[in-house]
Amino acid sequence: MTASAPQSAPPPAGTEAALVRQELLTPSDRWQPGGRAAWRRFKNRLATFLATMAAVVLVLVLASILWTLFIKGLPGLSVAVFLRPMAPPGVVGGLGNAILGSVIQTALAMAIATPIGLGCGVYLAEYALPHRPFTKVARFAADLLMSVPSILAGLFVYQLCVVPFGHFSGWAGALALAVLAIPLVVRTTEDMLGLVPKAMMEAGAALGAPRWIVITRLCMRAAREGIATGLLLALARTGGETAPLLFTALGNQDWSLDPSRPMASLPLAIYQYAGAAYADWVGLAWTGALLVTLAVLGINIATRAFMRKS
Amino acid sequence: MATATPSTPPPKRSALTSGPGLAGWIENGFRGGVTSCALLVAALLGALALMLAMGGWNAFRTFGPAFLVDGAWDPVAGHYGALAPLLGTVLSSVLALLIAVPLAFGTAFWLTTIAPRRLSKPIAMAVQLLAAVPSIIFGMWGFFMIVPFMARHVQPWLDIHLAHVPLLGALTGGAAFGLGLMTTALVLALMVAPFVTAVMCDVFNAVPPMMVESAYGLGATRWEVIRFIILPWCRNGLIGALVLGMGRALGETIAVTFVIGNVTAVGWSLFAPRSTAASLIALQFPESPAGSLGLSALLALGFILMALSCGSLVMARLLTKEAK
Repeated sequence: MTASAPQSAPPPAGTEAALVRQELLTPSDRWQPGGRAAWRRFKNRLATFLATMAAVVLVLVLASILWTLFIKGLPGLSVAVFLRPMAPPGVVGGLGNAILGSVIQTALAMAIATPIGLGCGVYLAEYALPHRPFTKVARFAADLLMSVPSILAGLFVYQLCVVPFGHFSGWAGALALAVLAIPLVVRTTEDMLGLVPKAMMEAGAALGAPRWIVITRLCMRAAREGIATGLLLALARTGGETAPLLFTALGNQDWSLDPSRPMASLPLAIYQYAGAAYADWVGLAWTGALLVTLAVLGINIATRAFMRKS
Repeated sequence: MATATPSTPPPKRSALTSGPGLAGWIENGFRGGVTSCALLVAALLGALALMLAMGGWNAFRTFGPAFLVDGAWDPVAGHYGALAPLLGTVLSSVLALLIAVPLAFGTAFWLTTIAPRRLSKPIAMAVQLLAAVPSIIFGMWGFFMIVPFMARHVQPWLDIHLAHVPLLGALTGGAAFGLGLMTTALVLALMVAPFVTAVMCDVFNAVPPMMVESAYGLGATRWEVIRFIILPWCRNGLIGALVLGMGRALGETIAVTFVIGNVTAVGWSLFAPRSTAASLIALQFPESPAGSLGLSALLALGFILMALSCGSLVMARLLTKEAK
C-alpha cells in the first residue's frame, strides 16, 4: 500500500498539486501517531463530539420544557379551564376568556398582516428594481421591522391607538401583533419567490399570461409551501407574544368578545398568574402555558406533516 | 396603410403589453397594490421611530445627553438615567450570543454533515419546534428551573472557588439570588440558539454540493470542510443568522422579566439582579401615567433600544457588503 504513492508520476515540485500531494498522500505522515494527520483527525473528532453535544443540549432543553409543562400543567387541565373565565383567587376559575381573546386577536392580526406582508413580499421579489432608493428603503424597513423588539411594537401602538382613543382595546392588540407578523411574512414571501426558477416565469410569459397571473398562479403556487411556512411562523410568533399586548390589549378578567374593549389573552393571563402568590393561580398559569405551547407546536407539526404529503 | 384590406381585423392586443385595456388595468392595479403594500411597510417603520422619538422627547429634553450615561433610575425622585438598563441589555445580549452561537453552530454542523439521516430529521424538527416555543414559556421555565439551579448550585460553587481570584471574584460575586445577568443570558441563549441553528442549517445546505465533495475528494476531514469550505462560502448568511439572534436577544422582554431580577443598578457582578431596557419598560409602564416624565423616559429608552437594534443591523449590512 505504502509503495503505491511513489509509483505514479509525481507532479512537478513546488506546484500546488505537489503540496496537496505532500499534505495528503505522504504515507509516513498518515500513519505516524504524532504526525499531522493524527492532529487533523483529532481536531475532526473533537469538532464532531462538540457538535453532537450542542445538538444534545438543545434537544434536552426542549425535552425539559415539555416535561416541566406536562408535569405542572396537566393536573390542572379540565373542561372548566376552557369554559370558565378568569376568577379572583380562591374562586374556581378557568382561562376560557383568555383563550377566546387570544384566538380573536391572533386571527385579526393575521388578517391584517397577511395581505400587506404578501403584497410587500411580491413587490420586493418581482417588481422592485434593485438600485432604486425606494427598493432599498422598503427592503431595509422590512429587515429592520423584523429585528424591532416586540415590546416596541406595543409602545408604538400604544402611542398610535391607545392614547388618541383613550382606552385599551383588542384592536390595538391585534395591530401590535400584526406589526410583528408583517416583516416575517414579507421576508419569507420574498425569499421563497426568489427561489422560483426564472424559466418558469419565462414559460408563463411566453404563453401570453400577464405578469400578475404569472406571479399569482405560477410563482406563488410554486412557492406556496414556503410562503405557508412563513405565515405559520408568523402565526406561531404572534400567538405566543405577550409583551406587545401589555400596553395595547391590557387584558380582561371577564369574557371579552368586543375587540374595541380591553381584551384578555392567554399569554397575558400566564404572565399575570405565573408571578402571583396564590397556588391555584400558578397552577392555572402552567396549564395555560401547556395550552399555548401545545397549540403553537401543534400548528408547526401539522403543517410539516401536511406539507410532506402534498 | 391604404392598401390594407378593410376586412382585416385589428391586431389583437397582446397580453404581454400592459397598455390600457382590461388586462392592462388589472396588471397596473396589481402592481399598484403590491407597491402600496411596500410603501406601507416602509411607512410603518418610519412611524414607529417617530412615535418613540416624539414620546421620548420630553425625557431627552429634560435630561439632555447625560440621560445616556446616568446610572440612576429613580421614579420616586423623578430622576431617570438610562445607563443601568442599557448596560443590562447589551451585556445580557452579548453573553447570550457568546453561549448561543457555538451551540447553534455545533448543532447546525452536526445536523447538516455528521448526523445519520435517520437521526438528523427528527432532531432538526425538534430544534425547529424549540424555536417555536413562545418566549413566555422560556421565562416560566427559566424562573422555575434555571433560577433555583443557579441559586443552589452554580452561584455557591463559584462563590467558594472564585471569590478570592482578583478579577473573576468581582465578576461572579454577589448574593445567590439565582436571578441575574448570567441566568438571563442562559435563558436568552437557549431561546436564540434554535433560531440561529435553523438559519445556519439553511445556509449550510445552500453550499453547492460539488464544492463540498471536491474537498472530501482531496481528503479533507469534516471539520476542515466546514472550516475552510462551508464557513467562507456562508459568511453572509451566518452574519444574517447572528443579527437575527442579536435582535431577539436585545428586545426580548417577557422571558427576561421573569429571570433578571429587575433591579436598576450598575455594577461588576454578572450574577447580580439587573434590568434591561425592555424589561424595565414592561414593568414600569403600568406605574407611569400618560404624559408623565416617567412614561417619556420609558419611551426614550424604547427609542434607544430601537436605535441599538437598527445599529446592529446596519453594521451587519456593512460587514456583508465588505464580504462580497
